[in-house]
Amino acid sequence: MFNQHTIEKNALLLLVFTLIVIAIGGIVEIVPLFTIETTVEHVKGVRPYSPLEMAGRNIYVREGCYVCHSQQIRTLKDEVERYGHYSLAAESMYDRPFQWGSKRIGPDLARVGGKYSNDWHYGHLRHPQALVPESLMPRYAFLAETRLDYNLIEKHLTTQRFLGVPYTDEDIANARQDMLAQANAQADQAGVAGRYPKAVPVPGQPGFPSEMDALVAYLQVLGTMVDFADLGVEKLQQ
Amino acid sequence: MKSWRPGKVAMADAVRAGVPPVISYNEEVIKKFTIAAMFWAIVAFSLGVYIATELCWPDFNLGPAFLNFGRLRPVHTSVAVFAFGGNALFASSFFVVQRTCRARLAGPDALHDFIFWGYQFFIVMAGLSYGLGFSRGQEYSEPEWNITLWLVLVWVLYAGVFIGTLMKRAEPHIYVANWFFIAFILTVAVLVLVNNAAVPISPFAAKSYVIYSGVQNAMVQWWYGHNAVGFFLTAGFLGIMYYFIPKQANRPVYSYRLSVLHYWSLIFLYIWAGPHHLHYTSLPDWTQTLGMAFSIMLWMPSWGGMINGLMTLSGAWDKLRTDPALRFSVTAVGFYGMSTFEGPVMAIRQVNSLSHYTDWTVGHVHSGALGWMAFISFGAIYYMVPALWKRSGLYSTRLVAWHYWIATLGIVFYITALWVAGIMQGLMWRAYDKFGFLQYSFAESVSAVHPYYVIRMIGGLLFLTGGLIMCYNLIQTVRSPSTERREAGLPAGFAVAGE
Repeated sequence: MFNQHTIEKNALLLLVFTLIVIAIGGIVEIVPLFTIETTVEHVKGVRPYSPLEMAGRNIYVREGCYVCHSQQIRTLKDEVERYGHYSLAAESMYDRPFQWGSKRIGPDLARVGGKYSNDWHYGHLRHPQALVPESLMPRYAFLAETRLDYNLIEKHLTTQRFLGVPYTDEDIANARQDMLAQANAQADQAGVAGRYPKAVPVPGQPGFPSEMDALVAYLQVLGTMVDFADLGVEKLQQ
Repeated sequence: MKSWRPGKVAMADAVRAGVPPVISYNEEVIKKFTIAAMFWAIVAFSLGVYIATELCWPDFNLGPAFLNFGRLRPVHTSVAVFAFGGNALFASSFFVVQRTCRARLAGPDALHDFIFWGYQFFIVMAGLSYGLGFSRGQEYSEPEWNITLWLVLVWVLYAGVFIGTLMKRAEPHIYVANWFFIAFILTVAVLVLVNNAAVPISPFAAKSYVIYSGVQNAMVQWWYGHNAVGFFLTAGFLGIMYYFIPKQANRPVYSYRLSVLHYWSLIFLYIWAGPHHLHYTSLPDWTQTLGMAFSIMLWMPSWGGMINGLMTLSGAWDKLRTDPALRFSVTAVGFYGMSTFEGPVMAIRQVNSLSHYTDWTVGHVHSGALGWMAFISFGAIYYMVPALWKRSGLYSTRLVAWHYWIATLGIVFYITALWVAGIMQGLMWRAYDKFGFLQYSFAESVSAVHPYYVIRMIGGLLFLTGGLIMCYNLIQTVRSPSTERREAGLPAGFAVAGE
């Protein structure tokens, strides 16, 4: 009854059948990723981003860093040797948006955290070619001169909590304070370190938290949250 | 030069069928979309050349943040796909649907104009927003929530007008080109609604957070991303192919059966192919395998379309010598066949382990975008402009031939340079020395591709040059006295059915 001759004489039938046909593949591939429990491995250490890291991440997104840098180490021998342990789904479970990327004009950044000093990052962002002569990266000196806008920082955290990121009331109440503390290595880091283990304080100018401080704090935490020493292969099975 | 005139046969058919050959179509809005398509084409090509130059010599990142590669590349891709490609699709779908339905566009003309200006507003706002630092950070889907809402409004109206026109058609059958336009309009709506689902941090702030995170976000994004290719850049442009190639060649579509088979199989299979962008990542293996398998299967319906397009020329191949506009359309189908073979090959895991993250992917995308999407649009626009502006033909077929050869040479420069660069990057990243250490630093792979980046930039420059020649030719077609029609013209706003 619903053969081609009927369908192509009826705009609504054509519409409905097309809709059904295009819906199937997406449903089969996407829905189980939310329902199969092992899609995201259960590993220890992955935590929500500190307020400063989150602000830095938003600058990373804004500047289009993902256009040239991936954050996804594939399960290939040479990638693991070059960049470190292959990326786990759990490591990007709080990433909105995910920044796995699709092109490496520059190297992968999934585990760049801790690989270079803070000073190296500040110098490199200001003038990449001064440290890596072959680099094609634009200069980002303006980030150091731009004051970090954190007026809505609590709203960022509450929106993420609404979407399922486990920020506590305490995290949200202290967001501003934590942000300023992490952006000033001289400040007391106890609060930040307690709420966000492994967060790296950056040596910003006191009273002038810059966008570059935030970006460096983000880069320094990338790939460092999971402790791989106590993880066996069986725990990583998806 | 003036021998070429569209529509004679269809008009004769219409007369034989006993229907009045003169129907009033809304041509004005098609003219606007055509002009916009050419304008944005030049913008997209120029931006492409500029950012290609930045990759050759990073000092061309002149300092202001909005000129940095990271901010401009999303502007380039969005303008190319959604502004140039989008306007070409709006123009051609409105051109085709009125003629194949023998009905004026549904709704008042003011609504069609609103769709036109609304879409241009969307493009300008999206482009400005990336430049000024508002981006969702998901490829080809960068507009923030407020701009997306505007797009949804425009798109719903567009769908309404298109489907409304189908509903009031005077032809019993819906022509095959319109099936593809329907799949394009419908699927793009579904893709955007699902992929852009986000929660703004405040109704007064542009910043939002997407509702999916991590691995699920990746899967939804590449389901969107690959089907933006599949339904925006493929289904939509197949719609163009199915109308304009038969018209230009003056032959019927080669096989009706093949078009039925390849329509349903293409739209069913395409939607599965997304995970091939995520091989060897933290996406579960089962999803990767599904994506790979369906990508390989997709080769067949894609070539079904190519065969149907090319074989339509049976008995009319000689027209390629005399009609360079048809040459664009046919070469486009050739590039379509090539990229839809290259795509499945690159979707095979083992090949992908080498090609992914390299410039091979960028080259592959451009053989599709320049060779297929741009060329089939050029062919259609060269056909539409004399018909819309009621001219006897194009100002100069010789200039069309120049455009054709310069642009083709540009594509060849572009894709061969990036094949070499991409495969070289892939091999250097995985090379080991005799002691078992990685042989090259990443930085060495960056400097190694420099010459190929320069060749790619020159290829882009050639393609841009061709585009400028085309603009000149079209402007002259509209303005030059040499293309005026000799016979008494129809009143403005009327067209010969089937033209």
